[in-house]
Amino acid sequence: MTDTTSRRNFLKMGAAGASVLPFLRAMPAAAQGSDTLVVVTGATINSLDLHRSGTSRASYQVGINCYDRLLSFGTKQTPDGGFSYDYEVIEPELAESWTESEDGLTLTFKLKSNATFWDGRKVTAQDVKWSFDRAVSVGGFPTVQMKAGGLERPDQFEAVDEETFVIKLDRASKLTIPDLAVPVPYIMNSVEALANATEDDPWATEYLHTTPAGSGAYKVARWTPGEQLVYERNDDWVGGPLPALQRVVIREVPSPATRRALVERGDVQVAFDIPDKDAAELADTLDVFSTPVENCIHCLNPNFAFEPFQDSNVRKAIAYAIPYEDIFQAAAYGRGLPMWGGEEEITDIAWPRKTQYYTDIEKAKELMAASGYADGFDVPLSISLDLASWMEPTALLVQEALGEIGINVTIEKIPGANWRTAVLVEKRLPLHLENFGGWLNTPDYYFFWAYQDGHLFNSSNYRNEEIEELTNATLHMPMDDPEYAPKIMRMFEIVLDELPRIPLYQPALNVAMNGAEGYEFWFHRQLDVRPIARV
Amino acid sequence: MLASSPRLRATLLRVAQSIPVVIGVVIISFLLTRALPGDPAVYFAGVAADTASIEETRVAMGLDKPLVQQFFIYVGNLLQGDLGQSLSSGRSVAADLAKRLPASLELTLSALILAIVIAVPLGVLAATRPGTWVDHLCRVVVTAGVSLPTFFTGILLIYIFYYLLGIAPSPLGRLDFIYLDPDHVTGFYLIDAALMGDWETWRGAAKQLILPASTLALFTLAPIARMTRAAMLTALSSDFIRTARAAGLTNRTVLYRYAFRNALLPVVTTLGMVFSFALGANVLVEKVFAWPGIGSYAVEALVVSDYAAVQGFVLAMALLFVALNLVIDLLYTAIDPRIGFSSK
Repeated sequence: MTDTTSRRNFLKMGAAGASVLPFLRAMPAAAQGSDTLVVVTGATINSLDLHRSGTSRASYQVGINCYDRLLSFGTKQTPDGGFSYDYEVIEPELAESWTESEDGLTLTFKLKSNATFWDGRKVTAQDVKWSFDRAVSVGGFPTVQMKAGGLERPDQFEAVDEETFVIKLDRASKLTIPDLAVPVPYIMNSVEALANATEDDPWATEYLHTTPAGSGAYKVARWTPGEQLVYERNDDWVGGPLPALQRVVIREVPSPATRRALVERGDVQVAFDIPDKDAAELADTLDVFSTPVENCIHCLNPNFAFEPFQDSNVRKAIAYAIPYEDIFQAAAYGRGLPMWGGEEEITDIAWPRKTQYYTDIEKAKELMAASGYADGFDVPLSISLDLASWMEPTALLVQEALGEIGINVTIEKIPGANWRTAVLVEKRLPLHLENFGGWLNTPDYYFFWAYQDGHLFNSSNYRNEEIEELTNATLHMPMDDPEYAPKIMRMFEIVLDELPRIPLYQPALNVAMNGAEGYEFWFHRQLDVRPIARV
Repeated sequence: MLASSPRLRATLLRVAQSIPVVIGVVIISFLLTRALPGDPAVYFAGVAADTASIEETRVAMGLDKPLVQQFFIYVGNLLQGDLGQSLSSGRSVAADLAKRLPASLELTLSALILAIVIAVPLGVLAATRPGTWVDHLCRVVVTAGVSLPTFFTGILLIYIFYYLLGIAPSPLGRLDFIYLDPDHVTGFYLIDAALMGDWETWRGAAKQLILPASTLALFTLAPIARMTRAAMLTALSSDFIRTARAAGLTNRTVLYRYAFRNALLPVVTTLGMVFSFALGANVLVEKVFAWPGIGSYAVEALVVSDYAAVQGFVLAMALLFVALNLVIDLLYTAIDPRIGFSSK
């Protein structure tokens, strides 16, 4: 299904006969009909298989639109009138129903009996087992993500009969069920995949890389990496309500200015993931959805490996010196949510939450004077060139503000290819900007990645024994456990006092629409085309 | 047969001479990509990778082996015609280049033809009528051409002709989504569509080409026009032109047979240079017009340290320039018979 698809094959793939004509040649008016949607995005889809190593983030949308999972999340209305997935509501996709054993260690799923793959074969528990085995075995990102839900080894999965699939857990965890609804554990046609597997490639990664074999709402009709991906609806889909759109064209347009011109003119209906600046400017004329990204915070991180930052007064001085509002306006054009100026007393477990800090240069100066570094010091502030759109203005404003309290900041720009190595793996940057966001929307999950010692996104080399203990205790604990909330609130209190990460603001994912409706925000920050319709 | 055709022998000799260049390019591109900062294993292991999965990715990419061994594996594959697998596009580098190089060439060549058609007559006219309005026009166009960056011209043209006037098609790459790619023969859409006799697609492809080609033409036109004008001025003031005029030859003959032909040599040299830097300068035009060309491919590969893709790109460019230089040398002998291969 790459661009080698011949014209004839392609016609066969379409909805047979005359109805495919609009796609051909000189019928722009018809092709722009009510059942075709054109989306522009700046990112490249480089694989049709999420499990493959090196698959780009943008490619995850194929896993979402072309494959089914056992479960999915529900939908809720957002305050700005748009829609978002609902972490609280779990809905069936390929599973018809599921039960949990008394001890929470055995999950039994009943599959929908009328679910079929695109080639017409029935979806069986064996396919689910094969797909899960693959996700925990191929290594890399899918294996890490499966592990987050306690899914680690093939022997945990069992196909009892054709329609019954069982997962055995080592320990009960509130993260398991949501982790089954993230893009990773999708169900592949194991018979088709195995027919194309080789000895060197038992999981058919080469085949599935270019040829999806799923049961999802859309099939891939055409894929030209670096140019476009065309989805064609699967009319036999049983995973949810049949999508309104027959065909969705995802076009790659690297220049944001061009994307903006296209959606403003109405030649494309959706511009996905547009810059904050464009979102702010287009908001009056088009439908612009700027959804704050759940469980994601843009932070300024002082690294504990750098001596002056071991002084708590220095970290607090920085937190009071930061010009939050200016950063929010200059870097995010007011899109997203402020993360400063909140109550010090913690009464709920909502995360991200506003910190008790605000811009007060006098207070910052007092704190600096009380610290062991009253004369100030020099420090480089590192930013990634790939993320320069928000990091650069933020860094300049931070540089200016910290200069006022005697911290002499030089800005160090790091090329994108180096960034992850320097900031996350080696954790060697004394002061840097960071933007971790967790897929699973619970505070403990955020703490697990960003505040526990040695974990990937803890780029500040922070270690606090109580945080270690509390995070481990809460990570798998049900959220309605009476012990959960007090523990979480204690965790908030510690990290907001110790400030290994200084929250700046919660960023937003911006989508502009012109002539389409039904957009839904998802934690994976990719476009789910299934609920979208033309107006 | 070789003995009977000096030109063929000379051509083969030139090709043979380029072999050390290509070997050098292979070694240097390999070493330079390894010297790039950044760790591709970390990059490609994905967003939430831990140390173990980064290590797995490193082994899968073959980056755990010593550098010398990696080099021999690379050369061994290269000899079998395998340029490796691009991680960022997820396809073989050869397939990517086969798809993207024609896109860039089609754009660059169209722009260059457009530039020649405008710049050469403009240069000739400016040289024959120095100080007149044509000369001033030439100067203005040349100054504008060099001073306006291509991405600016590109966005400006989109703004005027697409956004405001609505006469240009959507800047969505080589073909609007309503068309299907023509069957792959040369990879040049205009040629492939013509070969199929599919004039609808041909028109679609041509329409998409107009704005980006104009943008690039405006940029490449300047050196060509300048060079034509200067070379014509030099030729027109030389002794043989005075002799020709004294001999009573018509103005037309003097101008085209003697002056212009002599002025062509530096123009062809400039063309070769313009072509090579236009292929590189494409990147910005490609980004603005979503043109799936080789420039944006190389830049993206470089950003993520995608070794195979960068090496493939450098190698393809090196081969292209070897061929280009050969063509220019052959053109020299065609234009000026005094330049023979034998003298080299």
